[in-house]
Amino acid sequence: MTNINLSDAEKRYIVDGVKLGIRVDGRESLDYRQLEIETGLVDTANGSARIRLDRTDVLVTVKMEMEPPVPEEPRNGLLRFFVNCSANAAPEFEGRGGEDLATSLSSMLERVYSSPRTLDTSKLCVVPGKYVKVLYVDIEILECGGNLFDTSSLGVKAALFATKMPKIYITGEDGGELEFSVSDNPTDVDRLDVSNAPILITHLRITENLTVVDPTPEEECCGPVCVVVGVTPNGFITATQQFGGGTFTPQTLATAIKSAKDLGQKIHYHLRSKLIQEENNVDRQIKGFL
Amino acid sequence: MDIKLASELPRMRSMIPAHGSARPKLVTPGEIISHDTSFMRGHGTYMEDEIQVASVAGFVTRVNRLITVTPLRQVYQGAVGDTIIGRITQVQNKRWKVDVNARLDAELRLTNIQLPGGEQRRSSVEDEREMRALLREGDLVCVEVQKISDDGLIRLAARSTKFGKLSQGTLLAISPSLVVQDKQRMHDLPCGARVIFGANGYVYITPTVPQEQVSTYTVNFEEVPIEVRKTVGRLRNCIKLLAHHSIMISPTSVMSAYDQSIDQEYEIKDLLRPEVMQDVAVATVQKMNE
Repeated sequence: MTNINLSDAEKRYIVDGVKLGIRVDGRESLDYRQLEIETGLVDTANGSARIRLDRTDVLVTVKMEMEPPVPEEPRNGLLRFFVNCSANAAPEFEGRGGEDLATSLSSMLERVYSSPRTLDTSKLCVVPGKYVKVLYVDIEILECGGNLFDTSSLGVKAALFATKMPKIYITGEDGGELEFSVSDNPTDVDRLDVSNAPILITHLRITENLTVVDPTPEEECCGPVCVVVGVTPNGFITATQQFGGGTFTPQTLATAIKSAKDLGQKIHYHLRSKLIQEENNVDRQIKGFL
Repeated sequence: MDIKLASELPRMRSMIPAHGSARPKLVTPGEIISHDTSFMRGHGTYMEDEIQVASVAGFVTRVNRLITVTPLRQVYQGAVGDTIIGRITQVQNKRWKVDVNARLDAELRLTNIQLPGGEQRRSSVEDEREMRALLREGDLVCVEVQKISDDGLIRLAARSTKFGKLSQGTLLAISPSLVVQDKQRMHDLPCGARVIFGANGYVYITPTVPQEQVSTYTVNFEEVPIEVRKTVGRLRNCIKLLAHHSIMISPTSVMSAYDQSIDQEYEIKDLLRPEVMQDVAVATVQKMNE
């Protein structure tokens, strides 16, 4: 989403490449770049993940709070998404420059997780109608190398997978006020069931009816419009949204959504197996930022 | 889609020693290089109480009695006579502002370019009005550094047929310190692509063009065939991987990496994966050292 001003000749080269089925870096239209993922690198959060895709670098942290629920859903916990675009990622994010992107990203994530078939929020209930667990998901964009939506959603899923919430016990009641004790045993924790958590797949329309996934910043300059699709591991589509000023023909849109569904299922499968692998690696060294 | 855990990837890129030399000494700003006062103070160093101290992070290089520190990452400083690549950022009165990876945008005056039609034509009022027809915002130009003003502004010139607007291709930005200093900057490589190694760290890869069409202010928008695209894509990924491993970029090293990647039967998109990148980089260094 950074603004690079490409010349007409470069744009032409990128567009023709997509037409011929070979992108500038040799990928085909449905190829992703290699993703690097690490969870549990922030000690002070309940769950965290850092995800890198070429130059895109996103850090996601999850923190738990106890709060009263919304009156309409007294038995359901809440997920709140906050996105911060660091000015280090792109100079135009300085000040309020990244706000538009941050709002669209956080509202898209909120929408995609709002479906009841994604994450079972009733498990986050502590005392019905009084206290529920609220998960604050903070997404920090550290570097921008294209395809922010997909990367962030994968980061959110990984961070939620790694989230460990201490068990909360109700110990007594004092004049109508409940008393709690929070377990400080690091193994006595609640985990989230993320087996249905969705991810986002972006299809960028480059020209006519051709779309690509995982665009580089240069490609993002060439495509006027993209469609973001939220997919769960069983291929259920929870939300779609179009960004940008262009248009899709119905056929293109249908193909894009269908391919997002297929791709999404594959990526979910990969991500899950990798996360479990990392979990089972007992003496894992945290790599972090160094 | 390929997902890797951070712990699976090599913790640090293995340092590949430079051609036949011992491991170079790496210094950080403020680190003492030498107590010996008989050495001469070069770029990237300063004297403090008769002690030579590094002012940038980089490698110490010694030529006879002169000690300099070559920075790991830097912006382009500018040197008169360099052939560089720039991107037009603004069209102003009788001049263009050009991004050349330096501290300030460089300046290219209308009087300093060779106008189409006529070797020694003076620029007229019409030319001033039609400046955007020659070069627009976003266009890439290959130019020469004519002068550097006292305030650090780089003045550019393109008074020869070999300079001018660049046609279809792809741009890579690498650190200027990685580009080998060479008189010849434009190379028609034997694999069938033309690479311009800008002294400012911008590398442009284009399909080879017949000699008579080289550099005018019109661009050829013909579709580039798929075979040429494969060559360009492979070159792009090779240059990227060499730069990633801090290997000097020259036509020899690029061609060597290109041949290595073909010999080892890597596909173009394979060259985006870190382990393959490292593999090819190590093989290239070994080949170059032979």
